[in-house]
Amino acid sequence: MSGGVDSSTVAAILRDRGEPIIGLTMQLWNQRRLPQLQGDGPAPHRCCSLDDVYDARRVAEHLAIPYYVINFEREFEETVVRPFVDDYLSGRTPIPCTHCNNHVKFDQLLTTARQIGADRIATGHYARVRRNRETGRYELLRAIDQNKDQSYFLFGLTQEQLARTEFPLGELTKQEVREIARRLAVPVAEKPESQEICFVPTGNYVRFIESYLQEQGTAANSEGRAKLGELSEPGEIVSTSGEVIGRHNGLHHYTVGQRRGLGLAAGHPVYVVALDRENNRLIVGEDGELRRAVCEVRNVNWIPYEVPESPVRASVRIRNRHVPAEAEITPLDATTARVSFFEPQRAITPGQAAVFYDGEQVLGGGWISK
Amino acid sequence: MAVYLDYNATTPVAPAVLEAMLPFLGENFGNAGSVHSAGQRARAAVDAARESVAALIRAKASEIVFTSGGTEADNLAIFGSLAGTVATSPKPRKHVITTTIEHHAILHSCEELERQGIDVTVVPVGRGPESQGVVDPEDIRRALRPETVLITVMHANNELGTIQPIEEIARIAAEAGVRFHCDGVQSAGKVPLDVKRLGVDLLSISAHKFYGPKGVGALYVRTGTNLSPRFFGGHAERDRRPGTENVPGIIGIGKAAELARKLLAEDAARIAPLRDRLESTLLERIPSARLNGDRKHRVPNTTNISFPGAAGEALLIALDLQGVECSTGAACSSGSTEPSHVLTAASLSRDDARASLRFSLGRPTTAAEIDRAIEIIPGAVERIRALSPRAPQAEAVPAR
Repeated sequence: MSGGVDSSTVAAILRDRGEPIIGLTMQLWNQRRLPQLQGDGPAPHRCCSLDDVYDARRVAEHLAIPYYVINFEREFEETVVRPFVDDYLSGRTPIPCTHCNNHVKFDQLLTTARQIGADRIATGHYARVRRNRETGRYELLRAIDQNKDQSYFLFGLTQEQLARTEFPLGELTKQEVREIARRLAVPVAEKPESQEICFVPTGNYVRFIESYLQEQGTAANSEGRAKLGELSEPGEIVSTSGEVIGRHNGLHHYTVGQRRGLGLAAGHPVYVVALDRENNRLIVGEDGELRRAVCEVRNVNWIPYEVPESPVRASVRIRNRHVPAEAEITPLDATTARVSFFEPQRAITPGQAAVFYDGEQVLGGGWISK
Repeated sequence: MAVYLDYNATTPVAPAVLEAMLPFLGENFGNAGSVHSAGQRARAAVDAARESVAALIRAKASEIVFTSGGTEADNLAIFGSLAGTVATSPKPRKHVITTTIEHHAILHSCEELERQGIDVTVVPVGRGPESQGVVDPEDIRRALRPETVLITVMHANNELGTIQPIEEIARIAAEAGVRFHCDGVQSAGKVPLDVKRLGVDLLSISAHKFYGPKGVGALYVRTGTNLSPRFFGGHAERDRRPGTENVPGIIGIGKAAELARKLLAEDAARIAPLRDRLESTLLERIPSARLNGDRKHRVPNTTNISFPGAAGEALLIALDLQGVECSTGAACSSGSTEPSHVLTAASLSRDDARASLRFSLGRPTTAAEIDRAIEIIPGAVERIRALSPRAPQAEAVPAR
C-alpha cells in the first residue's frame, strides 16, 4: 500500500470481498538523506514520504485491516538505486520500476508476506495473471485498460512469483478504479497520480545522481563522480557522416531518439542516434539512421513456457509506450536472445527492456544489451 | 486477547491511578496556581503527588520538577545544565560524556549540543558476554576532561534491561566535580531508586512506564543544583518549568509512584521467574537463539533475544498477527524499524540486531500468557527461517 489510489483500492476491493488481508507499506527511501534535493521544485508526491505512509495507514484504519510498514531501504538502495545510478553513468537509460518489481516487490516483499503468514500478495499494478490449466503454468497478460497497462514492467516475474501474485486492477479501467474508490469511501480516492520515478519525484535525474554520489563520497564513488563529470562536459555534435554540426552541453542531457533541444538548424528533422561516450560526442542523424532491425537481449525470462527451442514470433515492445512491433525472437542460450524486427525500429536503447507479447499475453522479455 | 509483552514501551494505567485522576478531569478542575478554593484543592493534590513521587526515589518534594514526560525531563537536564554553565563556568570549552546505549532523548540532545559547539564523548559499553550492554565506570573516568561539565548515563537500558553502575559513576563525577544526570525512565518502578545512594544530581522518570498516564514525567533536581529553565512563562514548578500544571497527569504520576513503591518488591518477585521461564524456554527450544545483555545486572522484567536468520521485523509482525505483542527496538517516525543502535553498540552485527526481539513483562503478565507466548514464538521463528531466501522453499504453491 503506497498511499495512492490504486493500491488503496486493491485493499478496499479485497476487504469488500471478505478476504483476510494484511496491509503492508514498503519504506524504500529516506527523503531526508539527500538534503540538497529538499529545495527542488514541486514534488507533491514524494517517495516514502511521511504523508504517503500516513495516507496508507489511514486507508488501512478505514478498512480496519492489520497494517504494517516494512523497511526495505537497504534492499532498495542495493537493487534499485545503485543500478539506476550505474546505468545512468554508463549512458544507459534506466528503468528502476522493473528492478524494483523483480528484486523488491515480488522478491523481498513477497518473502516477508509469506513469513508473516500470507499466501499471496496483491498489488495495484495494472496487469493480469492467470493459470493455464493445460500447461499448469502461470501467464501474465496485459491490463484491460490499455492506457494503464504495466505489464511491460513485470516481464521478469518467475512462475513462483506469479503463482503468489494477484492484480485485482487488471480487469478494471482507471475510471472504474476511481469509482470503486469513491463507492468504498477510500480516503485517497481523489489523490492525484504520480508519474515520475518514486525516489526522483522532481524528475531531475542529474540532480539526484549528483547528490547521491556526493553523499556516498567514497573512493568507489569518486569514479562515479568522475563519470558524471565527464557526462556533463560539453562537446561536439556530429552527424552520422562525421561532420561537426554543433555543440552539446553534456551527454547526460540526451537520450537516443531525442529530437527536441538539440539547438540545431539543419532544415530537416534531426535525431540523437547514439551517445559516443569515449569521444564525448553526440551522434545525430535522420530518422532512418535511427532505425535498426536487430538487437540482443540478456537476462531473458520466458513466462508461458521454458526457453523455446525454435524461434518465436511475437510483438515486441522496446519502451513502455512503444507500439509493439512484429519480430522473430531466437533464443541464443538460456538467458539471451536475438530479436529481429520485421520493420526496423526507432531508437532501440541499451538498458531498456524488450518485452515479447502474443496478443494480450506476455511471453517474456529481457534487457537490451546491444 | 493478545499477550502484551511490551511493557518497556508503555504500561496500562493502573485502575487505582485512573480512579485517582478522574475527579481532576471532572469536578476538581481548578488551576493549581489560583488563590481560591478550587485552585487550592488542585494545589493540595499536586503537592501530595509531589511528595509521593519524591518518596519513590527518596528525594525531597522540593527536588521534584514535573514535566511532560521522560524526553522533556532529559532535555531539561541536559540543556538546562549546559545553559546554566555557559555564563558562570570558567571553563572555556564545554564537554559532555554519555554512552552509546542511551535513549534517543539523550543521544539526539547530545548531537544538538555538538551542533551548538559543545564537545561530546560517547563512551562505548561492554561487548563481551560478561558485561554486554553495561558501561565500565573506568571508561567514564578516562573520558573526563578538565572542561567536562556533565555526565549523563542511563540507569536501566530500555532494550537490554541492563543496569548501569550508577553509584560508581556518581563517585567519579563527584570526585571530578562534574554534574551527573541519570535517565531513570526504565528503572523507576522496576528496581528500588534512592537518589542519595545513587549519588545523582539529576534523574528523569516517566509515569507511563510504571502504570501512570502518558504525557507526564518528572526530573529530580538535587537541592543546590542550578538549572536554567527551557520554557519561559509563569512561576509554576518554582520557575523551573513554567506552564499551568497538568493536574490530572500529576495526580496520575503521584498515585502510580505510590503503587510502585508499595508493589515493587512483590512485582519483581513475581515477574522475574516468569521472564526467566520465557527466556530459558525460548533459548532451549529455538536453535541458535542467543540472549543479549549481561544476565546478572538487569531489571527483572526484560529479556532481549537474537534469533539469527529470522528477520526481526517479519517476526514482530508474524507474532502480532498471532497475538503476541513485543518489540524489535526503537520505532522510527514512519513506524518502520531500523537496526537498534543499542544492540549494535553491544557488539551485535546489523543482521543479528535486526533478528532480535525484546520481551518486557509487566504487572498484569500472567503465567498463562507466558505459556501462550512460549507456544507461539518458536513456530513463528521456524516459519520465518524456513522461508528466508537462504533456506530452501519448503511449502508447495497453493492452488488458486
